Amino acid sequence: MNPLDEIAAGLVRAVELILALDPAVVEITARSLAIAITSTAIAAILTVPIGGLIHFHNFRGKRAVVNLIQTLYSLPTVTVGLVVFLLLSRSGPLGDLRLLFTPGGMVIGQTILISPIMIGLTIAALSGVGTQVRDTAISLGASRFQAIFTIMADARAAMMAAVLLGFGRALSEVGVAMMIGGNIRGYTRVLTTAIALETSRGDIEFSMALGIILISISLVVNLLINRVQGNWWS
Amino acid sequence: MIIMKGIYRGITGLALILALLCTAAAADDEAEEGQDEEVLRISTTTSLYDTGLLDEMEEIFEGMYDVDVRTVSGGTGIAIERAEKGDADLILVHDVVRERKFIEEGYGLSRTCFAYNYFIIVGPEDDPAGITGMNASDAMKTIMEEGMENPDLVKFVSRGDDSGTHAREKLLWDRAGLNYTEVAASGTWYVEAGQGMGPTLLMTDELEGYTLCDTSTFAAFRSQLDLVPLIESDEFLLNVYAAIPVSPAVYPDTNCEMAKNFVNYLVSDEGQDLIEVYGTETIGKPLFNPARGNCEQIGCVGDECAAPLPEDYCSLAEA
Repeated sequence: MNPLDEIAAGLVRAVELILALDPAVVEITARSLAIAITSTAIAAILTVPIGGLIHFHNFRGKRAVVNLIQTLYSLPTVTVGLVVFLLLSRSGPLGDLRLLFTPGGMVIGQTILISPIMIGLTIAALSGVGTQVRDTAISLGASRFQAIFTIMADARAAMMAAVLLGFGRALSEVGVAMMIGGNIRGYTRVLTTAIALETSRGDIEFSMALGIILISISLVVNLLINRVQGNWWS
Repeated sequence: MIIMKGIYRGITGLALILALLCTAAAADDEAEEGQDEEVLRISTTTSLYDTGLLDEMEEIFEGMYDVDVRTVSGGTGIAIERAEKGDADLILVHDVVRERKFIEEGYGLSRTCFAYNYFIIVGPEDDPAGITGMNASDAMKTIMEEGMENPDLVKFVSRGDDSGTHAREKLLWDRAGLNYTEVAASGTWYVEAGQGMGPTLLMTDELEGYTLCDTSTFAAFRSQLDLVPLIESDEFLLNVYAAIPVSPAVYPDTNCEMAKNFVNYLVSDEGQDLIEVYGTETIGKPLFNPARGNCEQIGCVGDECAAPLPEDYCSLAEA
């Protein structure tokens, strides 16, 4: 068969699988979303206050901390996978929790993975709010706490974008999912690990269907990011 | 602050220059190698690769011929799939049913057995399912019964990746009178890893479960594992490795001559001797048995028995 025909045929079959709501496709997509949303929610709860703390406090070495966080944006997923694997392994310090090869373990890994970018972007979002906002708030008699709240409210769109970016990274990463989740069918198999397995196994149509879904979700996330940022700037 | 910034810039610049230099050097190397050397692409199963046997053979073979051997490993299903797509010149695998199919469909030329060993069922030392002393199919059946009753205590980790080992596992369920699809869907005791033998062993170790494994990969990983072999040397556990060159009639640019040379090296006295002793130094006992002299016992008769391929093998295949 012509190689391009094969890709075209695969694409058609992939779209059929999606439209027919193939149970395996639906199940893997739902699991991917559930795990990535959980990781992102936990990361948001942790990182927004941390980002705020760093932004609103001046301390020695603040620049270095911000630089470190920015370096960790590109934290390699396999490195996070390795470290979390060692922690959660039966012989590791957290081995008794029995979290290795479970969705819970994946959430831990992904949360660690996306936290730096979410902290960093939260700081950037807060820095983007002009000093006049704070000055105005204070001149209108706001307490320090109220001033912080005003700035955070003002930066909410940019912070939302940070959360969405974190979600995008959690959903599309494969290192943690493979090393901590273990790609167990019906339990920890998600979009990215399923694509890796099915491609090497030769089920190209199934892989393509999952790939299309993954790209579609990323597209939606990006549109959302543009949307919230658009509202903020306009 | 300004000084710090300067230092950062300096470091970044230096790193960039270094990276560029390294890339250039690597590209240069490749260009030199690529000029007159032939390439032999071998698609192989993880057991041959992970044990290091193939690395050693590659080195010797590259000394015999002016060739660059490039090996990619995966489960047998994956290894065959790659060859069917034209991404390999030779496959070294261990699933006779799919090997025959590969040849019947015209992708492969002929099957040459070159080594064998046994599959084993490994599990935790305290053997919670109590399978010690059983034959392979009874053991599988017992693991399933105990697993369904007590899924937290008894688990079976399956390769789940269409590998040769996975195919054998399905065969064992079949021999035990069970339907594989039903087994796989019968509860959380059955864990489908969808990964290679090494990662599957590590997962089994972590979960304190049971799995089916080839003796050689188990020996190579043993020092990292608490698992022990529980069922060995059952007639259904025989594991035969075979080499199949890809047909130049299907993919004309395949390097059939070099694939033939490699098969002939595998079955040569030198190759068979290496297989016979490989692992003695590192593990203390050989990992594989040579096919030479054991053909009947391992079911490889006639052409399939460890014999060299004829001189005109490739030209005949092209015609």
